[in-house]
Amino acid sequence: MTAIQISGLTKDYQIGFWRKRPWRALDGLSLEVERGEVFGFLGHNGAGKTTTLKLLTGLIFPTAGTAKVLGKPVGQPETFRHLGYLPENPYFYDYLTAQELLDYFAHFFQMDAGLRVRRREEMLKLVGLDSFRDMPLRKFSKGMLQRIGIAQAVLHDPEIVLLDEPMSGLDPMGRREVRDLIVQMKAEGKTVFFSTHILSDVEALCDRVAILNRGKLVGVGRLSELLRQRSGVEAVVECASSCSAELQHLASKPVTVSGGQYRLEIQEENMPRFLAFCQTEGVRLVSLNPIRASLEDYFTELSQSASDGEHVSSGVSAL
Amino acid sequence: MNSSPVLAVTLNTFREAVRDRILYNLVAFAVILIASAVLFGQISIGIEKIILINLGLSSISVFGLLIAIFLGINLVFKEIDKRSLYALLSKPVRRWQFLLGKFLGLNVTLLVNTIFMTAGFWAALYYLNRKFERQDQFIWVAIYFILLELSLVTAICLFFSCFSTPVLSAVFTFLLYIIGSFSADIRGFGELTHSAPLKALSTFVYYLVPNFSDFSVAAPVAHGKAVPGTLVLLNTIYTLCYASVLLVASMAVFSRKDLK
Amino acid sequence: MSRKVRAATVLAFVLAAWAASAAVQMRIDAEIAPYRNTSETLWIPSGKVLKRLSFGHEGLVADIYWTRAVQYYGGRRRDHKTDFSLLGPLLEITTDLDPHLMIAYKFGALFLSEAPPEGADQPEAAVRLIKKGIQANPDDWRMWHDLGFIYYWNLKDYSAAAAAYLEGSKNPKVHPWMKVMAATISQKGGNRETSRFLWTEVYQSTTDPSIRENALQHLNGLKALDDMEEIEKRVAAFHDQTGRWPQTLRELVTHGLLRGIPSDPEGFPYELGPDRKIKLHPKSKVELEEENEGTRS
Ligand SMILES: Nc1ncnc2c1ncn2[C@@H]1O[C@H](COP(=O)(O)OP(=O)(O)O)[C@@H](O)[C@H]1O
Ligand SMILES: [Mg+2]
Repeated sequence: MTAIQISGLTKDYQIGFWRKRPWRALDGLSLEVERGEVFGFLGHNGAGKTTTLKLLTGLIFPTAGTAKVLGKPVGQPETFRHLGYLPENPYFYDYLTAQELLDYFAHFFQMDAGLRVRRREEMLKLVGLDSFRDMPLRKFSKGMLQRIGIAQAVLHDPEIVLLDEPMSGLDPMGRREVRDLIVQMKAEGKTVFFSTHILSDVEALCDRVAILNRGKLVGVGRLSELLRQRSGVEAVVECASSCSAELQHLASKPVTVSGGQYRLEIQEENMPRFLAFCQTEGVRLVSLNPIRASLEDYFTELSQSASDGEHVSSGVSAL
Repeated sequence: MNSSPVLAVTLNTFREAVRDRILYNLVAFAVILIASAVLFGQISIGIEKIILINLGLSSISVFGLLIAIFLGINLVFKEIDKRSLYALLSKPVRRWQFLLGKFLGLNVTLLVNTIFMTAGFWAALYYLNRKFERQDQFIWVAIYFILLELSLVTAICLFFSCFSTPVLSAVFTFLLYIIGSFSADIRGFGELTHSAPLKALSTFVYYLVPNFSDFSVAAPVAHGKAVPGTLVLLNTIYTLCYASVLLVASMAVFSRKDLK
Repeated sequence: MSRKVRAATVLAFVLAAWAASAAVQMRIDAEIAPYRNTSETLWIPSGKVLKRLSFGHEGLVADIYWTRAVQYYGGRRRDHKTDFSLLGPLLEITTDLDPHLMIAYKFGALFLSEAPPEGADQPEAAVRLIKKGIQANPDDWRMWHDLGFIYYWNLKDYSAAAAAYLEGSKNPKVHPWMKVMAATISQKGGNRETSRFLWTEVYQSTTDPSIRENALQHLNGLKALDDMEEIEKRVAAFHDQTGRWPQTLRELVTHGLLRGIPSDPEGFPYELGPDRKIKLHPKSKVELEEENEGTRS
């Protein structure tokens, strides 16, 4: 069963003070997240990640399209029993203490007193705020707010957890802990959907990722599959200019020329043909280096090509 | 319908108010003012009691009004503005339950404040007279009417707070309060004019705005006059009807609102 | 539920609850109407206290009180009430708050001193108000006219009236008629010519509709007196010519002494009474002024 089902989701914000005009923050997003997946939602600042998560929690209403969580329309009290949400840069009632806040939220889940205390204690320990339980949230630092935010998101042991930039504001220890938490939740069979612009988190944690650029989905798939597009070698060769056409044919990107040397990228599957070509045409191989498959490069490249108005390689969008 | 989310929000709203320092200042100030009426009254021999009752009831009403407006305008706006609603509304609670809880929470707050101010007032009355009289029971009616009035003001605040900034909400609420206090004059004015449309308009406005003058019985009560039981009943029904108009309208607005 | 159905439900509920509140309001109005009328009082009866309380906005508060005074007067007239006991205090407060609000003095001078149903029948209060106005506005000679007028018309104290006009005429900006008035009143006391002149002056010196309406009524009354006297002269002439008294005014018309049956300022024809005096038509609302001509000071 799919945990989250998004189809054609679009959101226009009204901007401008005098003359309101629509600004498309999210444009026809379609996405499915399976149960038990850890799903990374990637995009630059302003790509539309927060917008998507707020649509999924019913905090804002879509201009077009639908979203379902566990097969039900979003925003139903029933779905919130199984859904936890960490807002971006969370803010809570600053007149409450950490303990009071968790107690307050626990009331909405009809936990009996015993369960409420137990969950609250577990959560405070989990996010390392055990010793700050009686401090008013007014005095909390950004990282501490992030921690209490995570605690309230998983307070009721939800099946699906939506986290908006869960690592932001945290120290290295905190990030480590959040990663461990996500891994643990995956082990428990929970679905985790989190947005981020920090790629290392994604590389370490996610089963699948979706990449969003300026409100449009530009890529979605398993990490290994997305990264395979980028695996291959970078070759530098010297040869007669008559060979350049054939070299371009074999390369996956435009070939650059400098000082009579050709620099080109070649995909794994083209390697045998390339090597054969070199042998038959007497092309001199200067160097041959494997390209490091980095999500970072992929991400930058996708974003760049998207902003250039180009289409992303068909292999990716077909995934 | 499950009332437990409403109750949780109500209690939390009350807790927020109780932890706000401004509340204590206002209540303390009101109690001091009432106490000072004792001194004030001693200058005007013969009408000490009338002055005390007038000033006491007016203080309870005015400070209640200040508290209602101060807290009311932020009731919803602050939660939207500071985004504390994001976490709350992603719990199993409906938006109308949140609003109802907020409304009831502020009403509980006002009730508790009024109890404090009323205690100060009765103490002052006892200090002045050394006894209570039979007609003093109608002071309770006057206080009950003040509570009804404050409840209506809260509903107005809540309504404006759903879609405008605190300052504007305060201005709107205050204006509506003024207009509502003089609505009888508006109609009186309409009846004096000879223009039929103007007359119709003033009658319409009369029934449209909340009629706060219904609740002002402080002056007759100060003169020891009785308040008829039917008026108590009618004013209660009136408040229920009018407040539910505002509440349902607020809920309708708020349930479709984008929380940006 | 679809969005439209929901919106319609909400709208229906809001309208129904509002209608209910209006219905309850009508009941409340009926319930407290008697209660409100008996307890109509000024809760802060002192203009000086109000001035403190208005924190520098006494002009505005004065305007509010002025409006209240006018509405109070209009409301009482509308309800055919003859008790105007709050008019004096309201005007006192108004002029305490804004001593330069001329219209308040003029209004008070007229309607405090007029007899019921037009006014409160408190000429002394009117005199007090005007004297206060004169003190606060020594340059305004018309105040003296208002004062003299109360003495002349309501109190019939012609020496005081003449003195007031004389005092007022000392102002260099004054109209010459003020001095004439002083002389005329001290010589002749009350007379119709003077009354007519003064009421015309009242009528012309203001735009306030109630004041003008009132002045017009008085002028009509004076006009009717003139008319009636004139017709009575014609009746006497008929007797002189025919040796008998006419039974109806129509006989005067056929005899050529009148061109038609004359009407009073409200359009009702005059009638000839059995005592050979001219009467007003029973439906006519014209108020004849009682006269005590020639009362010398
Ligand atoms: N309340 C809002 N009003 C107008 N524009 C908004 C609002 N919220 C977000 N946006 C715009 O929508 C786009 C997406 O924002 P957001 O979803 O917050 O991006 P992300 O979370 O990926 O950084 C941005 O261009 C942002 O400026
Ligand atoms: Mg964001």
